[in-house]
This record gives sequence, structure tokens and C-alpha cells, in this order.
Amino acid sequence: MFAAENGLKGDPRLEAISAAIRVVPDFPKKGIMFQDITTLLLDHKAFKHTIDIFVDRYKDMHISVVAGVEARGFMFGPSIALAIGAKFVPLRKPGKLPGKVISESYELEYGHDRLEMHVDAVEPRERVIIIDDLVATGGTLSAAISLMESQGAEVVECACVIGLPEVKGQHKLEGKPLYVLVEPSGLDEF
Amino acid sequence: SLPKSLNKRESERKTADFFIFRSSLTMSGNKQEEDPRINGIKTKIRVVPDFPKKGIMFQDITTVLLDPKAFKDTIDLFVERYRDKNISVVAGIEARGFLFGPPIALAIGAKFVPLRKPKKLPGETIFEEYELEYGNDRLEMHVGAVEAGDRALVVDDLIATGGTLCAAINLLERVGAEVVECACVIELPELKGRQRLKGKPLCMLVEYR
Repeated sequence: MFAAENGLKGDPRLEAISAAIRVVPDFPKKGIMFQDITTLLLDHKAFKHTIDIFVDRYKDMHISVVAGVEARGFMFGPSIALAIGAKFVPLRKPGKLPGKVISESYELEYGHDRLEMHVDAVEPRERVIIIDDLVATGGTLSAAISLMESQGAEVVECACVIGLPEVKGQHKLEGKPLYVLVEPSGLDEF
Repeated sequence: SLPKSLNKRESERKTADFFIFRSSLTMSGNKQEEDPRINGIKTKIRVVPDFPKKGIMFQDITTVLLDPKAFKDTIDLFVERYRDKNISVVAGIEARGFLFGPPIALAIGAKFVPLRKPKKLPGETIFEEYELEYGNDRLEMHVGAVEAGDRALVVDDLIATGGTLCAAINLLERVGAEVVECACVIELPELKGRQRLKGKPLCMLVEYR
């Protein structure tokens, strides 16, 4: 669900966050309006608002793990984890994590990719938030949820800065709640 | 006698050298002055033998991230050092620099700029090549992210040969930023990366020999 529908309607921070996101047409290929969060990271106030909104939401939910999807999930997840006193767990592309891993595959438009996690990172019954910059089809987040559940952990919510139209109206992803701050910028222009 | 401007630079350099020396002592190495938080961080780093290939003792910081206190201490140590230095940009090197850079940037009021492998950044980029053991790789930065006059900190989890950090320094200097310091959690001093930083100082927390 979108933050504006869940207690933050009219919150000026959401507008500042949305305004700070840059749209890059035709990246990585023609027809895609890429939502570039690097400009959000350049705006200290808006970046701080982003983190604060997630921290305010999760700080009293007894979350013990924040898992971030490589690589843009790494830009948001650790700051949230630090502020709420949780572990941070990186979910990575194959071959990057040095220790023993478990992996889950997910579909791309053409072909598959895999997401890996260290086996000792998450324990049974831990309460987990999964973070990424953007949710489109939800394929990557679904793989992340599977990784957590395979270790007996409970995914409390998936959280993303941006949610594409495919997820509008969806409150859940694979049965898990989905929390999104803003819709994509710039889609109205076309 | 030297012109006033040269004198000022000379005395600044001497002050900077002294500060670095003292800071190296306080950050790591000299047990009497070592911040008590350093040992807690050091014990959380996991060494994984033969990764990514035989003979390499890989320094795994994911275990530091699993300990909220050790992770917080890591960030706090850097924030305490940089908060009053008017740093306007923290540049983090993909991907493990993204784990430490943004929390530091947020705490000290700076922009965060990701320095990425080729073709990841969507906008117009500039790149710098650097050497790998076999062949080269490239580091990219968005045009316009960093401006002339920005005071920059470069962050990565570890410094080995210093090749990547040197590429990062080059990118920042090409757009007119001043690289104030490089900050890494871990240094592998035997690889002498510290000497490849174009004279820029290095701050690290933990040495691995």
C-alpha cells in the first residue's frame, strides 16, 4: 500500500521525495522510464525524510532484521537498520558473498537471475523487513521472501521507495504486506 | 623567505601529517590510545579463506552488519571524525561502500554519490579505468553529482592495492572536488594501497596482516 493511503496523506515529505527522483527515458532500453534514486541521495533533506518515514514505521514493530537487495537496497537498508537497532543482511547476486549461501532464482524479462544470502545471517522466528529502491513485478522481492522463509524467519513487510503501476492497489506481495512511499515520477508526461 | 601562501601550505601540510599520525594511533595499532570500540568491530570481521580464489583470506564485513552495536560503532567512529570537517559529499564504491557511505553521509549532512561498475548508472556518466590482476575495470560517476569546490570523502569497506580508491579520487578531482580523505573499515597494509592515494590521507579502523 502507498504511504499516502496509510497515515501520510498530504505529508510534504512525500512530495519532496518524489520531486527528488529523476526519470531517465529509455534506460536500460527503449520504452523504459527509469526511476533514478541517485538524485534523491544528493538531496540530503529528502534522503533523510525517506529514512525517517521507514524508521518511524518500523521502530516499534520489533524488527530484528533489515534485508536489502543488491545494490540499491544497500543505499537505504543499513541506515534503517542502524536507527531501529536491527541487523542488516545483504541479499546479493551470485558469487559475491564469501561464506556458505542459500539461493533463490527469479524471473527476468528474458531468463533468470539468482539472489543469495549467507546461511547464518537470519535465524528462525526473526522478524524481517525487506528493502529495495523500487518494486515493479515483485519478482526479486518474492525471491527474497522465499530466502527468509526457508530459514524460518517471518517477513513482516516489504518496503520500497517507489512502486510501479503494476503494484498499485496491491497491499500484499506473496501474501506479505507491501509498503511503498511514492509512485513513479514523470509517467504523466507521455 | 617564502611567500606567505607557500608558508601557509607548508604549515597546513605539517599539521595534516601530525593529525593523520595521531589519528592512525587513535584509530588502530597503538593499544594505549585505541578507541575501545575498535576491538569490538575487529572481532566481528569474519575471515573466509580461499575466496574468491585460493590463497586469498577474504575479509567479510557482513558479520559486522549482523551486530547492531559493532555496525553502529563503525559508523559513529567515522561520523565523529568527519562531522566538523565541512564534508559536502560522501562517495561510496560499489557495492560494499554503499553499506557504510550513506549512513555516514546522512549523519554529517552530506550528499551521497555512488561510484559504480559500468552501465549501472542511468544518466550521463564519466569513467575512470583501473587495473585488476588480469585486465582492467571501470568506475563510473554521474555527471553533475559532484561539483567543483565540493569537499569529498571516499568510502569503501577495505583498501587492498588502492587501485579502486585511486580511480575514485581521479573521478572526483576531474570535476573539481577536493578529496579530503579516504575512509575504509579495513586496510591490508602489506599491499601498500596507502601509497597509491595521490597523497590523500587514509583513515582505517582495522589492519589485517
